[in-house]
Amino acid sequence: MRDSSRRGFMGKAFGAVAGVGAVASLFAMKKTWDPLPSVKAAGFTTLDMSAYNENELITEKWRGKPIFVLKKSAEMIASQTPVQQERDVIVDGSHYMVAIGLCTHLGCIPAYNTDKKDFLCACHGGQFDFSGAVAKVPPPRGLDIPPFKVDGNKLVLGEVGPEYTKMKESGITL
Amino acid sequence: MAKFTKATSIKDWINQRLAIEKVEKVMGSEYWIPKNINFLWAMGMVLVITFVLLLVSGIFLLMYYQPNIDTAFYSVNYTIMRDVDFGWLWRHIHGVAASVVFLIIYIHMFTGIYYGSYKKGREMIWLSGMLLLVAFSAEAFSGYILPWGQMSYWAGMVITNLFSGGSLHADGLVEWIRGDYVPAQAFLSRFFMLHVLLIPLAILGLIGLHFAALRIPHVNNQDGEEIDFDAESKKYLDGDKKGSKVIRFANDFMSKDMMVAGIYLVFFFYLVFYNYGFAMDPVNFDPADGLKTPAHIYPEWYFLWSYEILRPFSIDIGLIAFAFAQGIFLGLPFLDRSPNAIAANRRGPAFMIWFWLMLTNMIVLTAMGKLPPEDPYSTIGYWAAILFIVQWLALPIITSYEKKV
Repeated sequence: MRDSSRRGFMGKAFGAVAGVGAVASLFAMKKTWDPLPSVKAAGFTTLDMSAYNENELITEKWRGKPIFVLKKSAEMIASQTPVQQERDVIVDGSHYMVAIGLCTHLGCIPAYNTDKKDFLCACHGGQFDFSGAVAKVPPPRGLDIPPFKVDGNKLVLGEVGPEYTKMKESGITL
Repeated sequence: MAKFTKATSIKDWINQRLAIEKVEKVMGSEYWIPKNINFLWAMGMVLVITFVLLLVSGIFLLMYYQPNIDTAFYSVNYTIMRDVDFGWLWRHIHGVAASVVFLIIYIHMFTGIYYGSYKKGREMIWLSGMLLLVAFSAEAFSGYILPWGQMSYWAGMVITNLFSGGSLHADGLVEWIRGDYVPAQAFLSRFFMLHVLLIPLAILGLIGLHFAALRIPHVNNQDGEEIDFDAESKKYLDGDKKGSKVIRFANDFMSKDMMVAGIYLVFFFYLVFYNYGFAMDPVNFDPADGLKTPAHIYPEWYFLWSYEILRPFSIDIGLIAFAFAQGIFLGLPFLDRSPNAIAANRRGPAFMIWFWLMLTNMIVLTAMGKLPPEDPYSTIGYWAAILFIVQWLALPIITSYEKKV
Protein backbone atom coordinates (compact mmCIF):
# COMPACT_ATOMS: atom_id res chain seq x y z
CA MET A 1 0.00 0.00 0.00
CA ARG A 2 2.77 2.36 1.01
CA ASP A 3 4.73 1.26 -2.08
CA SER A 4 1.86 1.80 -4.45
CA SER A 5 1.13 5.30 -3.14
CA ARG A 6 4.82 6.11 -3.48
CA ARG A 7 4.74 4.87 -7.07
CA GLY A 8 1.61 6.85 -7.62
CA PHE A 9 3.38 9.97 -6.41
CA MET A 10 6.41 9.28 -8.58
CA GLY A 11 4.16 8.76 -11.55
CA LYS A 12 2.37 12.04 -10.97
CA ALA A 13 5.66 13.86 -10.40
CA PHE A 14 7.02 12.50 -13.65
CA GLY A 15 3.76 13.39 -15.39
CA ALA A 16 4.10 16.98 -14.20
CA VAL A 17 7.73 17.26 -15.37
CA ALA A 18 6.93 15.62 -18.72
CA GLY A 19 3.85 17.81 -19.16
CA VAL A 20 5.84 21.02 -18.66
CA GLY A 21 8.51 19.67 -21.00
CA ALA A 22 5.96 18.70 -23.64
CA VAL A 23 4.28 22.11 -23.62
CA ALA A 24 7.66 23.88 -23.73
CA SER A 25 8.80 21.66 -26.63
CA LEU A 26 5.61 22.30 -28.58
CA PHE A 27 6.09 26.03 -28.07
CA ALA A 28 9.67 25.84 -29.34
CA MET A 29 8.58 23.70 -32.31
CA LYS A 30 5.81 26.13 -33.22
CA LYS A 31 8.21 29.09 -33.05
CA THR A 32 10.79 27.23 -35.16
CA TRP A 33 8.25 26.91 -37.97
CA ASP A 34 7.46 30.67 -37.87
CA PRO A 35 8.63 32.85 -40.76
CA LEU A 36 12.14 34.18 -40.07
CA PRO A 37 12.65 37.82 -39.03
CA SER A 38 14.43 38.46 -42.34
CA VAL A 39 11.34 37.21 -44.18
CA LYS A 40 8.99 39.32 -42.07
CA ALA A 41 11.11 42.43 -42.51
CA ALA A 42 10.95 41.97 -46.30
CA GLY A 43 10.75 45.52 -47.45
CA PHE A 44 8.45 47.89 -49.20
CA THR A 45 7.94 48.31 -52.90
CA THR A 46 7.69 51.80 -54.42
CA LEU A 47 5.95 52.14 -57.77
CA ASP A 48 6.26 55.12 -60.11
CA MET A 49 2.66 55.43 -61.25
CA SER A 50 3.38 57.72 -64.21
CA ALA A 51 4.96 54.85 -66.12
CA TYR A 52 1.81 52.82 -66.85
CA ASN A 53 -0.26 52.72 -70.03
CA GLU A 54 -4.05 52.55 -70.11
CA ASN A 55 -5.67 49.09 -70.13
CA GLU A 56 -2.28 47.38 -70.00
CA LEU A 57 -1.84 45.05 -67.08
CA ILE A 58 1.57 45.23 -65.43
CA THR A 59 2.59 42.74 -62.75
CA GLU A 60 4.85 44.10 -60.03
CA LYS A 61 6.25 42.18 -57.06
CA TRP A 62 5.75 42.80 -53.37
CA ARG A 63 6.72 40.34 -50.63
CA GLY A 64 7.12 37.67 -53.27
CA LYS A 65 3.55 38.16 -54.41
CA PRO A 66 2.49 39.45 -57.80
CA ILE A 67 0.83 42.89 -57.72
CA PHE A 68 -1.52 43.81 -60.55
CA VAL A 69 -1.43 47.43 -61.69
CA LEU A 70 -3.95 48.44 -64.35
CA LYS A 71 -4.36 52.06 -65.41
CA LYS A 72 -8.00 52.64 -66.32
CA SER A 73 -8.99 54.45 -69.51
CA ALA A 74 -11.60 57.22 -69.46
CA GLU A 75 -14.08 54.79 -70.99
CA MET A 76 -13.46 52.23 -68.26
CA ILE A 77 -13.82 54.86 -65.53
CA ALA A 78 -17.10 56.07 -67.02
CA SER A 79 -18.57 52.57 -67.16
CA GLN A 80 -17.81 51.75 -63.53
CA THR A 81 -20.49 50.76 -61.04
CA PRO A 82 -20.22 52.17 -57.49
CA VAL A 83 -18.75 48.83 -56.32
CA GLN A 84 -16.04 49.12 -58.94
CA GLN A 85 -15.43 52.81 -58.19
CA GLU A 86 -14.79 52.14 -54.53
CA ARG A 87 -11.84 49.95 -55.45
CA ASP A 88 -10.08 52.70 -57.44
CA VAL A 89 -6.66 53.81 -56.32
CA ILE A 90 -6.29 57.42 -57.43
CA VAL A 91 -2.78 58.77 -57.88
CA ASP A 92 -2.17 62.18 -59.38
CA GLY A 93 -5.67 62.28 -60.90
CA SER A 94 -5.39 58.92 -62.68
CA HIS A 95 -7.45 55.86 -61.69
CA TYR A 96 -5.74 52.53 -61.15
CA MET A 97 -6.65 49.04 -60.19
CA VAL A 98 -3.98 47.92 -57.73
CA ALA A 99 -4.40 44.46 -56.25
CA ILE A 100 -2.57 41.37 -55.12
CA GLY A 101 -2.63 39.22 -58.24
CA LEU A 102 -3.62 36.02 -56.49
CA CYS A 103 -7.08 34.57 -56.86
CA THR A 104 -8.85 34.87 -53.50
CA HIS A 105 -10.05 31.30 -53.94
CA LEU A 106 -6.80 29.35 -53.64
CA GLY A 107 -4.07 31.68 -54.80
CA CYS A 108 -3.51 31.10 -58.51
CA ILE A 109 -2.67 34.10 -60.71
CA PRO A 110 -5.62 35.11 -62.89
CA ALA A 111 -4.87 36.14 -66.47
CA TYR A 112 -6.07 39.48 -67.90
CA ASN A 113 -7.93 39.62 -71.19
CA THR A 114 -7.37 43.07 -72.71
CA ASP A 115 -10.36 42.85 -75.06
CA LYS A 116 -12.91 41.53 -72.60
CA LYS A 117 -11.34 43.63 -69.83
CA ASP A 118 -11.63 40.88 -67.25
CA PHE A 119 -9.55 38.31 -65.38
CA LEU A 120 -9.94 34.56 -65.62
CA CYS A 121 -8.37 32.19 -63.11
CA ALA A 122 -7.46 28.97 -64.92
CA CYS A 123 -7.31 26.89 -61.76
CA HIS A 124 -10.95 26.79 -60.79
CA GLY A 125 -12.63 29.06 -63.32
CA GLY A 126 -13.08 32.18 -61.16
CA GLN A 127 -13.52 35.52 -62.91
CA PHE A 128 -12.88 39.13 -61.88
CA ASP A 129 -13.79 42.36 -63.67
CA PHE A 130 -11.19 45.05 -64.48
CA SER A 131 -11.61 46.64 -61.05
CA GLY A 132 -10.74 43.32 -59.38
CA ALA A 133 -14.30 42.61 -58.13
CA VAL A 134 -15.68 39.06 -58.47
CA ALA A 135 -17.58 38.33 -61.67
CA LYS A 136 -17.93 34.55 -61.24
CA VAL A 137 -17.44 32.19 -58.26
CA PRO A 138 -15.64 30.28 -56.66
CA PRO A 139 -13.57 33.28 -55.40
CA PRO A 140 -15.25 34.54 -52.24
CA ARG A 141 -14.24 38.21 -52.66
CA GLY A 142 -12.55 40.59 -55.03
CA LEU A 143 -8.79 40.63 -55.43
CA ASP A 144 -7.17 41.81 -52.21
CA ILE A 145 -5.68 45.29 -52.22
CA PRO A 146 -2.22 45.47 -50.63
CA PRO A 147 -1.51 48.10 -47.95
CA PHE A 148 -0.51 51.24 -49.86
CA LYS A 149 0.29 54.90 -49.34
CA VAL A 150 0.06 57.56 -52.03
CA ASP A 151 3.18 59.71 -52.14
CA GLY A 152 3.01 62.31 -54.93
CA ASN A 153 2.97 60.32 -58.16
CA LYS A 154 4.41 57.31 -56.35
CA LEU A 155 2.70 54.45 -54.58
CA VAL A 156 4.42 52.76 -51.62
CA LEU A 157 3.28 49.19 -51.03
CA GLY A 158 3.57 47.88 -47.48
CA GLU A 159 2.89 51.25 -45.86
CA VAL A 160 -0.60 52.12 -44.70
CA GLY A 161 -2.03 55.39 -45.98
CA PRO A 162 -5.42 57.01 -45.23
CA GLU A 163 -6.97 55.77 -48.51
CA TYR A 164 -6.05 52.19 -47.68
CA THR A 165 -7.34 52.51 -44.10
CA LYS A 166 -10.65 53.73 -45.49
CA MET A 167 -10.91 50.76 -47.87
CA LYS A 168 -10.09 48.34 -45.09
CA GLU A 169 -12.61 49.85 -42.70
CA SER A 170 -15.39 49.80 -45.27
CA GLY A 171 -14.58 46.14 -45.99
CA ILE A 172 -13.58 46.57 -49.64
CA THR A 173 -10.43 44.62 -48.90
CA LEU A 174 -9.23 42.43 -46.09
CA MET B 1 18.99 -16.16 -17.17
CA ALA B 2 17.73 -18.61 -19.74
CA LYS B 3 19.61 -21.88 -20.22
CA PHE B 4 22.05 -21.91 -23.15
CA THR B 5 23.65 -25.08 -24.48
CA LYS B 6 26.54 -25.60 -26.82
CA ALA B 7 25.24 -24.81 -30.28
CA THR B 8 24.97 -27.66 -32.78
CA SER B 9 24.88 -25.33 -35.80
CA ILE B 10 24.94 -21.65 -36.66
CA LYS B 11 21.16 -21.71 -36.96
CA ASP B 12 20.88 -23.29 -33.52
CA TRP B 13 23.26 -20.67 -32.10
CA ILE B 14 21.10 -17.85 -33.44
CA ASN B 15 17.89 -19.67 -32.54
CA GLN B 16 18.89 -19.96 -28.89
CA ARG B 17 19.41 -16.21 -28.76
CA LEU B 18 16.71 -14.84 -31.08
CA ALA B 19 14.11 -17.64 -31.26
CA ILE B 20 14.04 -17.37 -35.06
CA GLU B 21 12.12 -20.62 -35.44
CA LYS B 22 9.34 -19.32 -33.25
CA VAL B 23 9.33 -15.98 -35.10
CA GLU B 24 9.19 -17.79 -38.45
CA LYS B 25 6.16 -19.78 -37.28
CA VAL B 26 4.29 -16.78 -35.90
CA MET B 27 5.00 -14.58 -38.90
CA GLY B 28 4.95 -17.12 -41.70
CA SER B 29 4.41 -20.85 -41.63
CA GLU B 30 1.75 -20.82 -38.92
CA TYR B 31 0.07 -17.58 -39.86
CA TRP B 32 -3.12 -18.81 -41.50
CA ILE B 33 -4.78 -17.46 -44.62
CA PRO B 34 -8.20 -18.62 -45.91
CA LYS B 35 -8.27 -20.65 -49.12
CA ASN B 36 -11.28 -19.05 -50.79
CA ILE B 37 -9.67 -15.80 -51.88
CA ASN B 38 -8.68 -14.41 -55.28
CA PHE B 39 -5.94 -12.31 -56.86
CA LEU B 40 -7.32 -9.15 -55.24
CA TRP B 41 -5.95 -10.45 -51.93
CA ALA B 42 -2.44 -9.97 -53.31
CA MET B 43 -2.74 -6.17 -53.39
CA GLY B 44 -1.27 -5.86 -49.89
CA MET B 45 1.93 -7.56 -50.96
CA VAL B 46 1.95 -5.53 -54.20
CA LEU B 47 1.75 -2.39 -52.06
CA VAL B 48 4.63 -3.54 -49.85
CA ILE B 49 6.75 -4.15 -52.96
CA THR B 50 5.83 -0.72 -54.39
CA PHE B 51 6.71 0.93 -51.09
CA VAL B 52 10.11 -0.77 -51.13
CA LEU B 53 10.64 0.43 -54.72
CA LEU B 54 9.83 3.97 -53.58
CA LEU B 55 12.18 3.69 -50.61
CA VAL B 56 15.13 2.31 -52.56
CA SER B 57 14.78 4.70 -55.52
CA GLY B 58 14.28 7.55 -53.03
CA ILE B 59 17.55 6.73 -51.26
CA PHE B 60 19.47 7.05 -54.53
CA LEU B 61 17.69 10.29 -55.50
CA LEU B 62 18.51 11.70 -52.08
CA MET B 63 22.23 11.38 -52.82
CA TYR B 64 22.08 14.06 -55.52
CA TYR B 65 18.97 16.11 -54.84
CA GLN B 66 19.57 19.61 -53.41
CA PRO B 67 16.76 21.16 -51.36
CA ASN B 68 17.54 24.74 -52.38
CA ILE B 69 15.23 26.94 -54.46
CA ASP B 70 18.11 27.96 -56.74
CA THR B 71 19.52 24.51 -57.36
CA ALA B 72 16.68 22.02 -56.75
CA PHE B 73 15.31 22.16 -60.29
CA TYR B 74 18.70 21.59 -61.91
CA SER B 75 19.77 18.94 -59.42
CA VAL B 76 16.73 16.93 -60.56
CA ASN B 77 16.52 17.76 -64.24
CA TYR B 78 20.19 18.06 -65.02
CA THR B 79 22.33 16.27 -62.40
CA ILE B 80 20.06 13.30 -61.74
CA MET B 81 18.68 12.99 -65.25
CA ARG B 82 21.90 13.51 -67.22
CA ASP B 83 25.02 13.36 -65.08
CA VAL B 84 24.32 10.51 -62.70
CA ASP B 85 24.62 7.06 -64.27
CA PHE B 86 21.14 5.50 -64.12
CA GLY B 87 19.85 8.58 -62.31
CA TRP B 88 16.94 8.61 -64.76
CA LEU B 89 16.08 5.06 -63.69
CA TRP B 90 15.66 6.02 -60.02
CA ARG B 91 13.66 9.08 -60.93
CA HIS B 92 11.35 7.21 -63.27
CA ILE B 93 10.88 4.38 -60.77
CA HIS B 94 10.13 6.94 -58.06
CA GLY B 95 7.70 8.92 -60.20
CA VAL B 96 5.88 5.92 -61.67
CA ALA B 97 5.68 4.13 -58.30
CA ALA B 98 4.29 7.28 -56.64
CA SER B 99 1.48 7.28 -59.18
CA VAL B 100 0.85 3.53 -59.41
CA VAL B 101 0.86 3.11 -55.63
CA PHE B 102 -2.39 5.09 -55.51
CA LEU B 103 -3.96 2.91 -58.20
CA ILE B 104 -3.19 -0.17 -56.09
CA ILE B 105 -4.34 1.59 -52.90
CA TYR B 106 -7.69 2.38 -54.54
CA ILE B 107 -8.05 -1.23 -55.79
CA HIS B 108 -7.13 -2.48 -52.29
CA MET B 109 -9.68 -0.08 -50.76
CA PHE B 110 -12.55 -0.95 -53.08
CA THR B 111 -11.79 -4.67 -52.65
CA GLY B 112 -12.22 -4.10 -48.91
CA ILE B 113 -15.49 -2.26 -49.47
CA TYR B 114 -16.84 -4.88 -51.88
CA TYR B 115 -16.12 -7.84 -49.60
CA GLY B 116 -17.12 -6.08 -46.36
CA SER B 117 -13.61 -6.40 -44.96
CA TYR B 118 -14.07 -3.39 -42.68
CA LYS B 119 -16.68 -4.98 -40.41
CA LYS B 120 -16.98 -7.40 -37.50
CA GLY B 121 -13.63 -6.88 -35.80
CA ARG B 122 -11.85 -5.60 -38.90
CA GLU B 123 -12.60 -1.92 -38.18
CA MET B 124 -9.03 -1.21 -37.06
CA ILE B 125 -7.70 -2.61 -40.33
CA TRP B 126 -9.91 -0.18 -42.23
CA LEU B 127 -9.06 2.80 -40.00
CA SER B 128 -5.30 2.20 -40.10
CA GLY B 129 -5.56 1.69 -43.86
CA MET B 130 -7.34 5.00 -44.31
CA LEU B 131 -4.70 6.71 -42.16
CA LEU B 132 -2.13 5.18 -44.50
CA LEU B 133 -3.97 6.74 -47.43
CA VAL B 134 -3.74 10.12 -45.67
CA ALA B 135 -0.03 9.62 -44.98
CA PHE B 136 0.64 8.51 -48.57
CA SER B 137 -1.26 11.57 -49.84
CA ALA B 138 0.89 13.85 -47.68
CA GLU B 139 3.99 12.01 -48.86
CA ALA B 140 2.94 12.39 -52.50
CA PHE B 141 2.21 16.09 -52.07
CA SER B 142 5.46 16.87 -50.24
CA GLY B 143 7.42 14.94 -52.87
CA TYR B 144 5.69 16.83 -55.66
CA ILE B 145 7.11 20.08 -54.26
CA LEU B 146 10.74 18.97 -54.39
CA PRO B 147 11.66 19.35 -58.11
CA TRP B 148 10.64 23.04 -57.71
CA GLY B 149 9.06 23.31 -61.13
CA GLN B 150 5.98 25.33 -61.99
CA MET B 151 3.55 22.63 -60.87
CA SER B 152 5.54 22.09 -57.65
CA TYR B 153 5.32 25.76 -56.81
CA TRP B 154 1.67 26.24 -57.67
CA ALA B 155 0.52 23.01 -56.10
CA GLY B 156 2.33 24.20 -52.97
CA MET B 157 0.57 27.56 -53.20
CA VAL B 158 -2.92 26.14 -53.75
CA ILE B 159 -2.76 23.29 -51.23
CA THR B 160 -1.31 25.40 -48.41
CA ASN B 161 -4.00 28.01 -49.11
CA LEU B 162 -6.60 25.36 -48.25
CA PHE B 163 -5.50 25.82 -44.64
CA SER B 164 -6.73 29.41 -44.60
CA GLY B 165 -10.17 27.80 -44.12
CA GLY B 166 -11.99 30.01 -46.65
CA SER B 167 -13.80 32.81 -44.86
CA LEU B 168 -11.90 32.11 -41.64
CA HIS B 169 -8.92 33.84 -43.34
CA ALA B 170 -6.37 32.01 -41.25
CA ASP B 171 -3.61 33.60 -43.34
CA GLY B 172 -1.31 33.46 -40.32
CA LEU B 173 -1.64 29.67 -40.30
CA VAL B 174 -0.85 29.49 -44.01
CA GLU B 175 2.23 31.69 -43.56
CA TRP B 176 3.25 29.58 -40.57
CA ILE B 177 3.05 26.40 -42.64
CA ARG B 178 5.09 28.00 -45.44
CA GLY B 179 7.48 29.94 -43.23
CA ASP B 180 7.03 32.82 -45.67
CA TYR B 181 4.31 34.83 -47.40
CA VAL B 182 4.68 32.65 -50.47
CA PRO B 183 6.32 29.26 -51.03
CA ALA B 184 10.06 29.96 -50.82
CA GLN B 185 13.23 28.48 -49.31
CA ALA B 186 11.76 27.82 -45.86
CA PHE B 187 8.84 26.01 -47.50
CA LEU B 188 11.04 23.84 -49.72
CA SER B 189 13.36 22.89 -46.82
CA ARG B 190 10.58 21.87 -44.47
CA PHE B 191 8.69 19.88 -47.08
CA PHE B 192 11.96 18.15 -47.94
CA MET B 193 12.27 17.18 -44.26
CA LEU B 194 8.66 15.97 -44.20
CA HIS B 195 9.10 13.96 -47.39
CA VAL B 196 12.32 12.16 -46.48
CA LEU B 197 11.92 11.72 -42.73
CA LEU B 198 8.78 12.54 -40.80
CA ILE B 199 6.09 11.20 -43.12
CA PRO B 200 8.04 8.03 -44.05
CA LEU B 201 8.42 7.35 -40.30
CA ALA B 202 4.68 7.79 -39.87
CA ILE B 203 4.05 5.47 -42.83
CA LEU B 204 6.30 2.77 -41.38
CA GLY B 205 4.51 3.02 -38.04
CA LEU B 206 1.11 2.85 -39.71
CA ILE B 207 2.12 -0.16 -41.81
CA GLY B 208 3.06 -1.87 -38.54
CA LEU B 209 -0.34 -0.98 -37.08
CA HIS B 210 -2.13 -2.08 -40.27
CA PHE B 211 -0.47 -5.53 -40.13
CA ALA B 212 -1.02 -5.84 -36.38
CA ALA B 213 -4.71 -5.02 -36.85
CA LEU B 214 -4.95 -8.01 -39.18
CA ARG B 215 -3.65 -10.61 -36.73
CA ILE B 216 -6.66 -11.08 -34.49
CA PRO B 217 -9.58 -10.88 -36.98
CA HIS B 218 -7.44 -12.54 -39.70
CA VAL B 219 -7.74 -12.01 -43.44
CA ASN B 220 -11.31 -11.90 -44.79
CA ASN B 221 -12.42 -14.28 -47.57
CA GLN B 222 -14.60 -14.11 -50.67
CA ASP B 223 -17.71 -15.42 -48.89
CA GLY B 224 -17.28 -13.44 -45.69
CA GLU B 225 -17.33 -16.83 -43.96
CA GLU B 226 -16.41 -16.78 -40.28
CA ILE B 227 -13.62 -19.34 -40.12
CA ASP B 228 -12.53 -20.95 -36.86
CA PHE B 229 -8.82 -20.46 -37.47
CA ASP B 230 -7.75 -22.57 -34.48
CA ALA B 231 -9.78 -25.59 -35.59
CA GLU B 232 -8.91 -25.24 -39.27
CA SER B 233 -5.20 -24.78 -38.66
CA LYS B 234 -5.21 -27.83 -36.37
CA LYS B 235 -6.87 -29.82 -39.16
CA TYR B 236 -4.15 -28.60 -41.54
CA LEU B 237 -1.29 -29.48 -39.18
CA ASP B 238 -2.83 -32.92 -38.51
CA GLY B 239 -2.44 -33.68 -42.20
CA ASP B 240 -5.92 -32.90 -43.60
CA LYS B 241 -4.67 -30.15 -45.88
CA LYS B 242 -7.47 -30.71 -48.37
CA GLY B 243 -10.26 -30.53 -45.79
CA SER B 244 -8.85 -27.49 -44.02
CA LYS B 245 -10.15 -24.09 -45.03
CA VAL B 246 -6.79 -22.42 -44.44
CA ILE B 247 -3.26 -22.47 -45.80
CA ARG B 248 0.08 -21.26 -44.46
CA PHE B 249 1.01 -17.63 -45.14
CA ALA B 250 4.50 -18.75 -46.09
CA ASN B 251 5.28 -20.30 -48.42
CA ASP B 252 1.83 -21.37 -49.67
CA PHE B 253 -0.08 -18.10 -49.82
CA MET B 254 3.11 -16.15 -50.57
CA SER B 255 3.77 -18.24 -53.66
CA LYS B 256 0.41 -17.13 -55.09
CA ASP B 257 1.05 -13.57 -53.94
CA MET B 258 4.40 -13.46 -55.66
CA MET B 259 2.82 -14.79 -58.86
CA VAL B 260 0.55 -11.73 -58.92
CA ALA B 261 3.47 -9.53 -57.84
CA GLY B 262 5.50 -10.90 -60.76
CA ILE B 263 2.82 -9.93 -63.27
CA TYR B 264 2.53 -6.54 -61.58
CA LEU B 265 6.28 -5.93 -61.75
CA VAL B 266 6.36 -6.68 -65.49
CA PHE B 267 3.59 -4.08 -65.95
CA PHE B 268 5.35 -1.68 -63.59
CA PHE B 269 8.71 -1.80 -65.33
CA TYR B 270 7.01 -1.57 -68.71
CA LEU B 271 5.71 1.80 -67.47
CA VAL B 272 9.09 2.80 -66.04
CA PHE B 273 10.95 2.10 -69.28
CA TYR B 274 8.42 2.87 -72.00
CA ASN B 275 5.53 4.87 -70.61
CA TYR B 276 6.70 7.01 -67.71
CA GLY B 277 5.31 10.23 -69.22
CA PHE B 278 1.99 10.03 -67.35
CA ALA B 279 3.84 10.42 -64.06
CA MET B 280 5.86 13.44 -65.22
CA ASP B 281 3.79 16.54 -65.81
CA PRO B 282 5.30 18.51 -68.72
CA VAL B 283 4.49 21.82 -66.98
CA ASN B 284 6.80 20.81 -64.12
CA PHE B 285 9.74 20.91 -66.53
CA ASP B 286 9.58 24.73 -66.30
CA PRO B 287 11.36 26.13 -63.23
CA ALA B 288 9.13 27.59 -60.50
CA ASP B 289 7.99 31.16 -61.18
CA GLY B 290 5.98 32.94 -58.51
CA LEU B 291 4.76 35.54 -60.97
CA LYS B 292 3.26 33.20 -63.55
CA THR B 293 0.51 30.65 -62.97
CA PRO B 294 0.44 27.80 -65.47
CA ALA B 295 -2.55 28.05 -67.81
CA HIS B 296 -4.23 24.99 -66.36
CA ILE B 297 -3.52 23.67 -62.89
CA TYR B 298 -4.72 20.23 -61.89
CA PRO B 299 -3.36 17.80 -59.35
CA GLU B 300 -2.05 14.32 -60.13
CA TRP B 301 -4.80 11.89 -61.17
CA TYR B 302 -5.16 10.29 -57.75
CA PHE B 303 -6.28 13.56 -56.14
CA LEU B 304 -8.66 14.57 -58.95
CA TRP B 305 -11.85 13.09 -57.46
CA SER B 306 -11.55 15.08 -54.25
CA TYR B 307 -10.35 18.17 -56.14
CA GLU B 308 -13.49 17.96 -58.28
CA ILE B 309 -15.61 17.94 -55.10
CA LEU B 310 -13.88 21.18 -54.06
CA ARG B 311 -14.06 22.96 -57.38
CA PRO B 312 -17.71 23.55 -58.36
CA PHE B 313 -18.76 25.26 -55.12
CA SER B 314 -18.09 28.66 -53.58
CA ILE B 315 -15.03 28.53 -51.35
CA ASP B 316 -16.58 27.77 -47.95
CA ILE B 317 -19.03 25.14 -49.18
CA GLY B 318 -16.27 23.77 -51.39
CA LEU B 319 -13.90 23.40 -48.44
CA ILE B 320 -16.59 21.75 -46.31
CA ALA B 321 -17.43 19.33 -49.16
CA PHE B 322 -13.71 18.65 -49.64
CA ALA B 323 -13.16 17.97 -45.93
CA PHE B 324 -16.23 15.72 -45.97
CA ALA B 325 -14.86 13.77 -48.95
CA GLN B 326 -11.46 13.39 -47.29
CA GLY B 327 -12.82 12.24 -43.96
CA ILE B 328 -15.95 10.28 -44.74
CA PHE B 329 -14.23 7.05 -45.85
CA LEU B 330 -12.84 6.72 -42.31
CA GLY B 331 -16.41 6.43 -41.04
CA LEU B 332 -17.39 3.55 -43.37
CA PRO B 333 -17.39 0.77 -40.72
CA PHE B 334 -19.76 2.84 -38.59
CA LEU B 335 -21.97 4.20 -41.37
CA ASP B 336 -22.64 0.75 -42.77
CA ARG B 337 -25.44 -0.38 -40.42
CA SER B 338 -26.02 -3.75 -42.07
CA PRO B 339 -25.52 -6.96 -40.05
CA ASN B 340 -23.93 -8.61 -43.09
CA ALA B 341 -20.17 -8.72 -43.52
CA ILE B 342 -20.20 -10.39 -46.93
CA ALA B 343 -19.55 -9.57 -50.56
CA ALA B 344 -21.63 -6.74 -52.05
CA ASN B 345 -23.29 -9.01 -54.64
CA ARG B 346 -24.89 -11.09 -51.87
CA ARG B 347 -26.14 -8.18 -49.74
CA GLY B 348 -29.18 -7.35 -51.86
CA PRO B 349 -29.59 -4.73 -54.59
CA ALA B 350 -29.35 -1.56 -52.45
CA PHE B 351 -25.72 -1.90 -51.35
CA MET B 352 -24.74 -3.47 -54.67
CA ILE B 353 -25.99 -0.38 -56.50
CA TRP B 354 -24.40 1.87 -53.89
CA PHE B 355 -21.01 0.23 -54.39
CA TRP B 356 -20.92 0.36 -58.19
CA LEU B 357 -22.39 3.85 -58.26
CA MET B 358 -19.71 5.07 -55.81
CA LEU B 359 -16.94 3.49 -57.87
CA THR B 360 -18.33 4.87 -61.16
CA ASN B 361 -18.94 8.29 -59.67
CA MET B 362 -15.38 8.53 -58.39
CA ILE B 363 -14.14 7.72 -61.90
CA VAL B 364 -16.47 10.42 -63.31
CA LEU B 365 -15.20 12.92 -60.71
CA THR B 366 -11.62 12.01 -61.64
CA ALA B 367 -12.31 12.58 -65.34
CA MET B 368 -14.11 15.91 -64.75
CA GLY B 369 -11.30 17.09 -62.47
CA LYS B 370 -8.83 16.64 -65.31
CA LEU B 371 -10.93 18.60 -67.82
CA PRO B 372 -10.94 22.41 -67.83
CA PRO B 373 -13.53 24.10 -65.58
CA GLU B 374 -15.98 24.85 -68.40
CA ASP B 375 -19.43 23.59 -69.32
CA PRO B 376 -20.49 20.84 -69.71
CA TYR B 377 -17.68 19.46 -67.52
CA SER B 378 -18.26 21.79 -64.58
CA THR B 379 -22.00 20.95 -64.57
CA ILE B 380 -21.32 17.21 -64.68
CA GLY B 381 -18.70 17.68 -61.96
CA TYR B 382 -21.15 19.63 -59.83
CA TRP B 383 -23.81 16.91 -59.94
CA ALA B 384 -21.25 14.16 -59.47
CA ALA B 385 -20.01 15.95 -56.33
CA ILE B 386 -23.59 16.27 -55.05
CA LEU B 387 -24.19 12.57 -55.78
CA PHE B 388 -21.04 11.63 -53.86
CA ILE B 389 -22.25 13.47 -50.76
CA VAL B 390 -25.84 12.16 -51.09
CA GLN B 391 -24.57 8.59 -51.42
CA TRP B 392 -22.65 8.84 -48.17
CA LEU B 393 -25.58 10.43 -46.36
CA ALA B 394 -27.84 7.65 -47.67
CA LEU B 395 -25.50 4.82 -46.68
CA PRO B 396 -26.66 4.41 -43.04
CA ILE B 397 -30.30 4.46 -44.17
CA ILE B 398 -30.09 1.93 -46.99
CA THR B 399 -27.88 -0.42 -44.98
CA SER B 400 -30.13 -0.34 -41.91
CA TYR B 401 -32.95 -1.75 -44.07
CA GLU B 402 -30.73 -4.59 -45.24
CA LYS B 403 -31.93 -8.05 -44.20
CA LYS B 404 -29.62 -10.50 -42.49
CA VAL B 405 -28.50 -13.01 -45.10
